[in-house]
Amino acid sequence: MESNKHFVLGVYEDEDVLLDAVGKVRESGVKIHEVYSPFPVHGLDGALGYKMTRLPKAAFMFGLLGTTLALTMQIGMLGFDWPMIIGGKDFFSIPPFIPVTFELTVLLSALGMVGTFMIVSDLKPYKKPRIYDIRITDDKHVMAIDLAKNKMSKDEIKKIIQGSGASEVNDKDFEE
Amino acid sequence: MTEERFSFTASAKKTLMIVGVIGIVLLVVGTISSMSGGHAEEGEHAINTITSQTDLTASLEEGPEHAAEEAHGGGEHHGSAPWLKRLFTNLWINNIYFTGLGIIGLFFVAIQYATQAGWSAGMKRIPLAMAHWLPIAGGLMLISWFVVNHDVFHWTSAGLYAPVAEGGDEIIQGKAAMWYWPLEIGSFPLFYVLRIVVFFGLWIMFFMWIKKEMLAEDLDGDVKHWYTARKYSAIFLVIFAVTSSIAAWDWVMSIDPHWFSTMFGWYVFASWWVNGLAVITLIVVVLKQNGYLSIINSNHLHDIGKFVFGFSIFWTYIWFSQFLLIYYANIPEETVYFIERLGASQYKWVFFLNLILNFFLPFLLLMTRDAKRHMSMLKVVMPIIIVGHWFDFYLMITPGVMQKDGTFGFVEIGMAMIFGVAFLFVTLSNLAKAPLFAKNHPMLQESLHHHI
Repeated sequence: MESNKHFVLGVYEDEDVLLDAVGKVRESGVKIHEVYSPFPVHGLDGALGYKMTRLPKAAFMFGLLGTTLALTMQIGMLGFDWPMIIGGKDFFSIPPFIPVTFELTVLLSALGMVGTFMIVSDLKPYKKPRIYDIRITDDKHVMAIDLAKNKMSKDEIKKIIQGSGASEVNDKDFEE
Repeated sequence: MTEERFSFTASAKKTLMIVGVIGIVLLVVGTISSMSGGHAEEGEHAINTITSQTDLTASLEEGPEHAAEEAHGGGEHHGSAPWLKRLFTNLWINNIYFTGLGIIGLFFVAIQYATQAGWSAGMKRIPLAMAHWLPIAGGLMLISWFVVNHDVFHWTSAGLYAPVAEGGDEIIQGKAAMWYWPLEIGSFPLFYVLRIVVFFGLWIMFFMWIKKEMLAEDLDGDVKHWYTARKYSAIFLVIFAVTSSIAAWDWVMSIDPHWFSTMFGWYVFASWWVNGLAVITLIVVVLKQNGYLSIINSNHLHDIGKFVFGFSIFWTYIWFSQFLLIYYANIPEETVYFIERLGASQYKWVFFLNLILNFFLPFLLLMTRDAKRHMSMLKVVMPIIIVGHWFDFYLMITPGVMQKDGTFGFVEIGMAMIFGVAFLFVTLSNLAKAPLFAKNHPMLQESLHHHI
């Protein structure tokens, strides 16, 4: 398979330089694909202009689904399908349903959130990981720029990155 | 960092005074109307309750509580007239409620030290100021215990401790040592009164010690004060775990002396704790809106908002654990507690209001991230919780004392307002005495850079 993903990588030594560089690169009109760092860098999300995640909304919807499923299941089972008298309580007695409802709400909310996160982060089990630079797990910060998403030429982008304080500027291609 | 001081202005004092005077007026009007006119209405009301809810009332009357009361002759412990009992009940509700605010102030500070929390370094003076209510609460609790005595605490009636054949109460006699030891049962509840004194004594002592370290740190900036305060805090937390639980049995659960719940210590603590957090948050927000506490930003509000959100759910969890077990086991001596509260129309609405104000509204309104970061939303939710937990204590105390005579009206609102004004007066005037945040706190920098 021929190489179809082309990236330019800027390697940075220090997180303060990186934060500064992210601002400069974005100002000059280059779209940054992603920044990889060996540890969480405070303020990076803001510098990259990321919007707040919508994951909590997904969690709420999954939770609501769990609540509905749990109540439907219990009311259906104990109210219609096979009514049983337990401890002299009504068939529709909400208090004993609450523990199960709570558990299913939490379970679906958590599983749904993990699933959603996997999907939006493109983390499939058979996914071949892109390793931009092995040193991002050690001591280097790497800014990846997708050439397909930028109108500028490769050389122009390289120049901008070089000027922003990167210690190295590399090419990286992936075949997918 | 420059020092920041809160000034308790004359206009703020005046506003509080006006609220206090309105409270007194409401209390007086309410008391007079319950002494005269209101009485007939209440009588009618009671009759309505009986006719419309024959089954429930019947079961209530056959309950062990009532049967026991019949046995040892009504006259003695019914004591004072309903209006006076109502006054005493309210006195006791507000004693417990505001003691909670004071002790939670200290508890919050202690938790922050023991967990070495940095985020709260800028707001610890507010809970510390709230804890200044403790000495007053202790005095009030002790004095009013002797005032309300038989009217609120049925177990203080000497007749209960006669031999069972002569109208004594076997269940209460089994618990008597908890109150009367080491004196003769039925005489003076020395152990009980001693506990009030010792608990408040311990709490006030630790409050003084921790406060001393906090204020000394402002002057010389030595980090040793932080270490000493942490040591006191850790010891205090252990003591508080035991004392708060026993206090809940003594001051609230013993009002229904035949009944018991192993969840009760936690239940009262949960109610105190979330309410205290709500008051701290509200004071922080109001101070911020008046131009103080510039070092507190939405990240700190987010954290304290999460605290309130989380502990609203915690309170519900405890409430529900207590309710579900009693509901499911269906043992008469336990269910009587909920029959009293759900079977009478004057408490039924409070029962559901309690859940709406303390669970559903905070849960839904504080769920999103933005709600916890914005002062406008916090300012809506905190008063809901503060009012909600007042009703929680109303529901714990009133039905056990007033039974079918319990109502809600001007007396309740007025008394709560008077206590609230007194509490705020003590809190705010003590807040003004020290800098609004500790400029030498070793974690102040961490707090300033707090980011979530």
